[in-house]
Amino acid sequence: MPQEHVEEYLEAIYDIAGRKGTAKTTEIAERLDNAPASVTEAFQRMKQNGLVRYESHKGVSLTAKGYKVATKMKRKHRLLEVFLAKILHLPKEKIHEQACKMEHTLTDETETALCKTLKGPTECPHGSPIPPCNLEVKNCQQCLAEVIGAFDKRDKDIVAITSLQPNEKAKIVFVRGGGGVTQRLCDLGLTHGTMVSLLREAPLQGPIEICIRGCKLVIGRGIAEKIFVQKT
Amino acid sequence: MKIDLTIALAGNANVGKSSIFNQLTGLGQIIGNWPGKTVEKAEGVLLHHDKHIKIIDLPGIYSLSTYSQEEIVSREFIALQHPDVVVNVVDATSLERNLFFTLQLLEMGTPLVIALNLVDIAKKKGITINENKLGQLLGAPIVLTIATKGIGVHEIVDAAIEQATRKSQEYKNVIRYGPEIETRIEKLERVLADINIGYPLRWTAIKLLEEDSEIIQKVKEKNPDIIIAANILAGEISEIHKEPCATVIASERYAVAVRIVQEVQTFKESEKSSMGERLDALSMHSVWGYVLLFIIMLSILMLMSLFGGWLSETLRNLFENVNPHITGLWPDLAWNGGIVGLYATLSVALGFILPFYLIFGLLEDSGYLPKIAYLMDRPCHTIGLHGKACIPLLLGFGCNVSACVGCRIMETKRDRLITVFLSTLVPCSARTVVILGLVGAYVGVQWAIALYVIDFILIFIIGRILNRLLPGISVGIIMEMPPYRLPSGKVVTKQAWNRFKPFLMTALPLIILGSIVIEAMRITNVLSLVSNALSPVTVVWLGLPAFTGFLFIFGVIRKEAALVLLTTAAGTLDIRAVMSPVQMIVFALVIMIYVPCVATIAALTRETGWKNAALITFSEIGLAVLLGGIAFRLLSLFM
Repeated sequence: MPQEHVEEYLEAIYDIAGRKGTAKTTEIAERLDNAPASVTEAFQRMKQNGLVRYESHKGVSLTAKGYKVATKMKRKHRLLEVFLAKILHLPKEKIHEQACKMEHTLTDETETALCKTLKGPTECPHGSPIPPCNLEVKNCQQCLAEVIGAFDKRDKDIVAITSLQPNEKAKIVFVRGGGGVTQRLCDLGLTHGTMVSLLREAPLQGPIEICIRGCKLVIGRGIAEKIFVQKT
Repeated sequence: MKIDLTIALAGNANVGKSSIFNQLTGLGQIIGNWPGKTVEKAEGVLLHHDKHIKIIDLPGIYSLSTYSQEEIVSREFIALQHPDVVVNVVDATSLERNLFFTLQLLEMGTPLVIALNLVDIAKKKGITINENKLGQLLGAPIVLTIATKGIGVHEIVDAAIEQATRKSQEYKNVIRYGPEIETRIEKLERVLADINIGYPLRWTAIKLLEEDSEIIQKVKEKNPDIIIAANILAGEISEIHKEPCATVIASERYAVAVRIVQEVQTFKESEKSSMGERLDALSMHSVWGYVLLFIIMLSILMLMSLFGGWLSETLRNLFENVNPHITGLWPDLAWNGGIVGLYATLSVALGFILPFYLIFGLLEDSGYLPKIAYLMDRPCHTIGLHGKACIPLLLGFGCNVSACVGCRIMETKRDRLITVFLSTLVPCSARTVVILGLVGAYVGVQWAIALYVIDFILIFIIGRILNRLLPGISVGIIMEMPPYRLPSGKVVTKQAWNRFKPFLMTALPLIILGSIVIEAMRITNVLSLVSNALSPVTVVWLGLPAFTGFLFIFGVIRKEAALVLLTTAAGTLDIRAVMSPVQMIVFALVIMIYVPCVATIAALTRETGWKNAALITFSEIGLAVLLGGIAFRLLSLFM
């Protein structure tokens, strides 16, 4: 099974099930326009490689390893979309298909260069968040100011604070963006290395409530998605 | 009066500054359990052992790197007005975060007294703070207080007087940053010594490294070279730490705060008050939270409608029973003008306005308001705002003026403008009087609720339109969530009274006077002249009785006056005799939307400029007339 197909499958599961959920075989088949039988076969292979959890009656979900590949592809895909729309001025309805083809051949180095050229975008032209990079940086300005290759890769995965489970604790490692909002978060105690826990989230992509330094804060989804944490 | 000493109360939001202020001055600053109540500074004078002491209550502030408008008020006052002593009110239950601001004040070199407030709640949570040690570490006197009970508040003043006399003392250098930062602060201090911008050297140097725009501007005027040097130094620091200099400094400040807390605070896990947690879980639940919110809102409306209706009915019977047979001009003026005016005012004041403020007081003192901001954040995004906008909008249910001023908690100019516009459309207590007192009482509660729903839909639509017209996107909510607490009956009633008093003082005389004027105009036929002039709009387009024309004009002064004077203008206590249900609904609808009252227009002008104020006012008049006419035609079809 070619790597490109595996990546497409992982992305489809990511889109439908997200980090925590499960997707049905039929949903994936419909999305990728494949026969259910070949989808099932693909899942079996990917299960052997430790990318997904799959049981025929329950459906399919991403393992940590699979999730990592999926977010990486999503990042490349959405960065490419920004590039195609903003720099090459291609019409919005064409960029998705083009990005789908290009994403599989994009090296990590090109990905970083793309991100820097685009000044660290946070959303694709369709409004979906771009997952963060896995470099050892504390924020985007720091990365933009340095040459490519200046930072090592993180040894641990980081996730947006919004993808923690309720009452889960983690350490703040990276705040994306800059300016007034970042400064305010810092002033309220969300400094690097501080432990934070997610208390609850409001429905339909609403705000989240967190507990930091013994205080409860409500943070809007848009801001919260820029706060990245490392699970301990 | 000669002022011997000026004391400013400063600190994070919702730590009890205004409570202390009220205790000291006997004034009625609005207090409650939610951040962002105080947006303007308040002043009061206290006579303390033969000394006149001016107390200033400042809006809450988390950091001297300010974020929203009300924080700038605080910062400018502390930095530029040089109060003799700053009393930093500190929440003992979250010392670490509060100390972050204290440390900034110390850096500024302000003579400081620390009021460690909420010690009772801290104790309940199992937190003990060694205040002597804290005082030693910070180099400032500490006073333990429980502001709501008045414990320790006068000791604050004693400590402040003592601190003011020792003014010239060297302030203790509590924070030593890492050597890589300290050497650069020193370098800047040396070049800054040649110019004077009125701030302490070290503080100015640190602010330059933090790239504070205001300080940069001030220094630039004197010597632009220093800014270039500061930028290079700040760049070097970010190079070393791989993050912006401002966040490096903030992190180091927090590190100091953590160290102090570790030294002075002991925490013993007490029997946890899981009640608060459970209430949080319910009221912020993805489904039940919204159900609860809906039930609360609906029951407030029903309760007020029922109570207000019952009270005005009772009062009317009372007044009608003593109705004397009147002959002659003066008795007629006195009875139909004065007494009827008094009846109508009493029924709206006691029936609707006072109960509303009591209920609102319960909501705000319990700490429920911030939960509404949390629940409504997502819906607010559809109109280009974030959840914090709910707070001024909710204030609008009481009075649009306080809502307009309350919009200062919105961070950007755009958000503020949208929120201000929408808050003038919120049915304030005066409009509630008209809606419930007229439609609710005579046509039916369901129609009154329908009017509210129409108003909310209107707010939503106009929000969408403004969101389209004004470029930019909302920054998003960042807000502290205070814990629930049992509302204090004393605070709630006192607060309701403080809000109710201005109504009695200004509205009551005005309305009674207005009633007499209207009665006089009716007798002299001036009323019909005015009403006839307006009749193309009122009678032809809106289908209302001619005498309502004058009420719309008077309603600009006070909206509840429109209902009160309706009884005078109609010449009867029972409005059903002169208006049909459709007319009542249309009348209330127009009153609800058209032109904010004068006080609100004044507040709009102050907050957004006269152009925006005029724009908002005229667009609302147009909208009200348009919708009123449509409603009249639609309702006439089936009513």
